[in-house]
Amino acid sequence: MSTAAFSILALMAIALIAYMALGRAREMVRSRPRPQQRRPAGGTIDPGSERRAERRARALLKSIVNREEWEMYRDLGFIRVLGQTPDGRDGPAGYGYLIYPHKPIVAYLPESNSLLSEYCVEFRDPEAPYGPKLPDSDDVLAKWMMIKAEEHKLIQDANMHLPGRQLDPQQVRRDLWRLAEWERVRNRPSARVSRSGRDAAIKGGDIVAVNTVSETQAQ
Amino acid sequence: MRFLRLMPGRGEVVLAEGDPQLSDDELRLVEEFRRQLDLGMWAAVPIEQGATGRREAVMVKDFADVPRDAERVIFFPRAAGG
Repeated sequence: MSTAAFSILALMAIALIAYMALGRAREMVRSRPRPQQRRPAGGTIDPGSERRAERRARALLKSIVNREEWEMYRDLGFIRVLGQTPDGRDGPAGYGYLIYPHKPIVAYLPESNSLLSEYCVEFRDPEAPYGPKLPDSDDVLAKWMMIKAEEHKLIQDANMHLPGRQLDPQQVRRDLWRLAEWERVRNRPSARVSRSGRDAAIKGGDIVAVNTVSETQAQ
Repeated sequence: MRFLRLMPGRGEVVLAEGDPQLSDDELRLVEEFRRQLDLGMWAAVPIEQGATGRREAVMVKDFADVPRDAERVIFFPRAAGG
């Protein structure tokens, strides 16, 4: 066998071995367990648990905050709380807070809708500091209770930033506009009649009356 | 009176329930109240103002501060700068 033929055979052998080694390496990579395929040790995943927790939290929030505040949260996704005057009464001409779930509390001036500051605050459970967060509505409830009970302490504990740090000021201004529209519609005399009719029906357990009132309003 | 705790990922759970007028129940409630505060929780009581009907909340640091007619005491993690 000539040297040239031997070289060609050797090259073909090397190429064949390299091809087989590459195929084997690919197989090994494929068969390696990927992170998303790994199951947590012990217990199964329950995709509905967060939803159930949130449902419970919403029911609790509804039972504690004022009716207007609950409807605001249900319809708009946040609660507006007016700041407290020194004598403890709500100050309509003073300042207010917008409470968003798991987002900073935004302080603003209701007169001009000027944004004042963002207060970043969170409620981390000391028993599970790196675990899951409170359900959205529980986070809102905790902020609401703190503002109502110890507003100054909450503000002291929070990290204060200028508007725009975490929340888009344009989005907040849109929310304030949505809030104004929501209040305008809500305070219409027809809306008030509708609500009072619905209340009377619910108290009496008469569902037919609810439909009657709604249909009357629609006409 | 019911003690509720806001739990991450679970919503509220009932910690204790009882009538503070009964001495046994009161003892149990006081113990649970202290235990929760020792764990680093804050306690708030939802209240309704008699004159206006407005719903408010008060923070309590001692069981003696809980209004006698309160239906619920809510325990939640302390606020910290986020």
